[in-house]
Amino acid sequence: MHDLVAITALGGSEPQVDTVGGVTCREVPGAALASAAARMGQETKASKALAKLIGAPAPGIGQHAGDTVTAFWAGPDQWMIEAPFDTHEELTDQVKSALGDTASVTEQTDGWTRFDLNGDQIPAVLELLSMLDLRNIDAGSVARCSIHHIGCFVLCRSDEAFSIYGPRSSAGSLHHAIVTAMRSAL
Amino acid sequence: MTQSNRLSGGQIDRNTTVNFRFDNRNYTAHPGDTLASALLANDVRLIGRSFKYHRPRGLLTAGSEEPNGIVELRSGNRQEPNTRATTTEMFDGLEAQSQNRWPSLKFDALGVNDLFSNFLSAGFYYKTFMWPAAFWEKIYEPIIRRAAGLGSLSMEADPDEYDKGFRHCDLLIIGAGPSGLMAALTAGRAGADVILADEDFRFGGRLNSETFSVGDQSGSDWAAQAVAELSSMPNVRLMARTTVIGAFDHGIYGAVERTGDHVATLPAGKPRQILWRIYTKKTLLCAGSTERPIAFENNDRPGIMMASALRTYANRFAVTASQRVAIFTNNDDGHRTAADLHAKGVHICAVVDVREDAPVNYDYEVLSGAQVVNTKGRLGLTFVEVALPDGSTRTLECGALGVSGGWNPNVHLTCHQRGRPVWNDDLAAFVPGSNLPVGLTVAGAANGVMSTQGALQSGAEAAAAALELSVAQPVLPEAEDTPIAQKPFWYVEGCKRAWLDQQNDVTVKDVKLSYQEGFRSVEHLKRYTTLGMATDQGKTSNISALAIMAEVAGKSIPETGTTIFRPPYTPVPISTFAGRMKGQEFHPTRLTPSHYWAKEKGAVFVEVGNWLRAQWFPLPGELHWRESVDREVRQTRASVGVCDCTTLGKIDVQGADAADFLNRVYANGFTKLPVGKTRYGLMLREDGMVMDDGTAARLAEDHFVVTTTTANAVNVYRHMEFVRQCLFPDMDVQLISTTESWAQYAVAGPNSRKLLQKIVDPEFDISNDAFPFMGCGNITVCDGLRARLFRISFSGELAFEIAVPSRYGDALMRRLMTEGEEFEVVPYGTEALGVMRIEKGHAAGNELNGTTTALNLGLGKMVSKKKDGIGSTLSEREALVEPDVLRLVGIKPVSPEEKVTAGGHLMNTTGPVDAAHDQGYVTSAAYSPILNSNIGLGLLQDGANRMGEKMRLVSPLTDLTVEVEIVSAHFVDPEGERLRA
Repeated sequence: MHDLVAITALGGSEPQVDTVGGVTCREVPGAALASAAARMGQETKASKALAKLIGAPAPGIGQHAGDTVTAFWAGPDQWMIEAPFDTHEELTDQVKSALGDTASVTEQTDGWTRFDLNGDQIPAVLELLSMLDLRNIDAGSVARCSIHHIGCFVLCRSDEAFSIYGPRSSAGSLHHAIVTAMRSAL
Repeated sequence: MTQSNRLSGGQIDRNTTVNFRFDNRNYTAHPGDTLASALLANDVRLIGRSFKYHRPRGLLTAGSEEPNGIVELRSGNRQEPNTRATTTEMFDGLEAQSQNRWPSLKFDALGVNDLFSNFLSAGFYYKTFMWPAAFWEKIYEPIIRRAAGLGSLSMEADPDEYDKGFRHCDLLIIGAGPSGLMAALTAGRAGADVILADEDFRFGGRLNSETFSVGDQSGSDWAAQAVAELSSMPNVRLMARTTVIGAFDHGIYGAVERTGDHVATLPAGKPRQILWRIYTKKTLLCAGSTERPIAFENNDRPGIMMASALRTYANRFAVTASQRVAIFTNNDDGHRTAADLHAKGVHICAVVDVREDAPVNYDYEVLSGAQVVNTKGRLGLTFVEVALPDGSTRTLECGALGVSGGWNPNVHLTCHQRGRPVWNDDLAAFVPGSNLPVGLTVAGAANGVMSTQGALQSGAEAAAAALELSVAQPVLPEAEDTPIAQKPFWYVEGCKRAWLDQQNDVTVKDVKLSYQEGFRSVEHLKRYTTLGMATDQGKTSNISALAIMAEVAGKSIPETGTTIFRPPYTPVPISTFAGRMKGQEFHPTRLTPSHYWAKEKGAVFVEVGNWLRAQWFPLPGELHWRESVDREVRQTRASVGVCDCTTLGKIDVQGADAADFLNRVYANGFTKLPVGKTRYGLMLREDGMVMDDGTAARLAEDHFVVTTTTANAVNVYRHMEFVRQCLFPDMDVQLISTTESWAQYAVAGPNSRKLLQKIVDPEFDISNDAFPFMGCGNITVCDGLRARLFRISFSGELAFEIAVPSRYGDALMRRLMTEGEEFEVVPYGTEALGVMRIEKGHAAGNELNGTTTALNLGLGKMVSKKKDGIGSTLSEREALVEPDVLRLVGIKPVSPEEKVTAGGHLMNTTGPVDAAHDQGYVTSAAYSPILNSNIGLGLLQDGANRMGEKMRLVSPLTDLTVEVEIVSAHFVDPEGERLRA
């Protein structure tokens, strides 16, 4: 086992937590990610293999599904697969063996940083950050959007729990944008 | 000072008294006041000076259309010029200053301009400053600049915060007067998602200004009750203090919410204003109407106001501008003001009505068929001179005169997408035309429906129609429903200095003069006279000026035309448009995995796109950047150096057709590249010019990792997606960016292998035989961490690039530094990287400048003739392959200490220095600590055949002339022995 010590996207040894009003923003380094894109002509097979992996039908446009290993829609016949990092650091290998030659699988874990928002006034924060129509977003929804010029995925896990994925290198800017909006709105 | 002009009633909180300052004097007011109403309550009529003639001016209106009552708010770095006193909400501690006056408001030295008004008529600056031409820059322009403008800037950065936000709704209702409130009730009760926005801090519009009843309540009580009901609806969002400033494409509206302008101190983190982008399915404009003035001689004295404004001040704010008031009107509405003020105990001197059949009143005098012909009062109105129908004149002593010339619907937002309003003869006003922004409809007074009952009804109907509601019409409360007839009366015959645009000092005479001087188009009139070009955008003056122009042209008003209305509806601070995007937050910043480590080491960073990259790592005692950079280069070439190259774009290319796909996007071939090998690749644009260069490493038969330059990472990915989706949709290829996933470090120098052998797990043999130049593969490091290793070199040294998951990048850099101590490893930054690539003769961004071909760069042979690739054919265009095209060369000064300047041009050693004799230019330059000489790379005509030639490098901009020698671009290790070692 290697002895290299990981740092979070914000540069700390522990994830950062910020609470303003009734909303908490947590940096979440504990997520493993892999992308899967169906090979040409293998779309149905890939979708079925993915469904087996996540224990739920492969999510359609703007949706996410699954339990421990979950997936969200990222494009036509393309998904991002999420799992806890501690137990699934080798997620890419696991997805590849599940999907086989039906899909191209790429490690994405450290391409992204995740911030989880929890609380009862998340829409007030998100409407300062993104142009998403929050009326159409409920548990199980996912949307691609730009937050302060940073391309992100916004996942709604429940009315009071959202996850935002943004590029890891811009974690500082994204975190600043989120916390500034929390201070502004709450 | 007591509030001597305060009346009874009103919608102010009399239980609370607040203090404010105007021109350094203390006054009191009540919450619910505006600055304007508070000043009037304190008997302050003189508020500012006019733009050109510096004439004393007071308030004209009670709303956002105000041209005169503009002041500077706050102080220090929060000072804001040109804000309207009429929309400034009162709070304890408010500070305001009058503007455009010196030394004081009561005595303004530039008031002398008024005496020279004959010389300052319309277009005076076009006529006056024509000659002599030499005077323009040094004399005229500075004088004009000093005199121009109204308020002053603090010249300090705005310390407040501003937000941008996004909202969506089924129906946006703009304006919360009777029609807007009724529309919101109709839509809200039907369950639609509604946003109701109003610029005022109190919803109700004119209902708050009038004494009419709505149902069995006062108008303002009905409005309050409607607001209470709307507030209880979760599907309705009420946005007070929010001005919808523009109608944009696809049902998007811009709105400015003033969240912090009504408090003395903003809590930390709270925005002063929010610029909302509102996405609507349907929009209903209920913006009401604006009363228009009548122009007469000296109609601009403080105390002369719109009659409706006097009514607003009396009924809503419980304030009168004076205890003695006269009215000048051409319609029944002016009489309402007289009646309301009379009821509040204000003395009505007379109602001057231009109509012979004016309504009779027994409480005060009505002068039918009469006109106001002049006024008196130096700093405020004292007397009004009235011409009676029998030819006699009469003087009225009064401190305020209410003027009513009828009402103009507020059509502005209907015109934001070039819609033109149409003339309505019954109203003698423009009403919205048929070509409205898609999804927008209009109700109430904005649509020419001028009664309260009509407004309520049209609001309800328009909301139901917009949402296609099939519900029964709500029962409407009974309200005033007086028929409206507006007979136009624009100005009093014979007047000279009768003001139309009071903010920009444009008179009736100016409009007539401009027509006489040949300005026939309304747009020309506007620009010549500056009418309607002030901060109020002519809301009270445009139509009157148009009418006067029509009259002198002998045309009808619709024939004369209208000017176009553009966003924003009212002025918006630049800071509001900027939002959070200012200073360091102007764009997102990208940090490399070793950023925090580099910061600890005192690295000097440089912005490369959004990335921050370490430029060099100064050591104690190094006083100049060159000392650091030279050391980093020497040490890397002597032993080993490490550079964070994570910023290079990385694109994962997979699929059965991955190799064929790369064969198309790269000019050189990729199908035969063996697994475990990397190849340098050149990407061309369709037109044959070089787009980008990079490497493609084959990790499996169907799996490549492509690298791009830092600058072009996004462009190349976008291009490849375009090629995949649009040009070759039948290929089985999948792309995804992995730039951020991997922390990647270049480890370069003769000891690089030895260093890496200390961290690469022993089962991976990275000796020269097992892992030769251009090798690549998946490995593990530090006892089991997954990693990728590439044997590629940008410096010309034996070099590798090693990649680990980004979260371990910081730890890997620290480990490389520790393990490298025995080799005296150095971290090197982008400067040393640049020096070494110039020494090696590698083309980079400076050479890949969009104008160069592969042939220019000495890479012509890379454009494969055996297969077709994007840009290959067009790269062979005749002009691009002529024998003397520019070729990449090395440039070395004959005297090593002489400077080589990027951007300098290459000329023969003798002869003229001009564009006709230009033979090439220097693209990159550096000092080489290895050669102990300045060196450069450049593009020179027929350069490949001119080695050893002496030339002149000239840079007239920096006054540089240097004798240089043309040499091979490969200054260091031209045979490539080191990198294959």
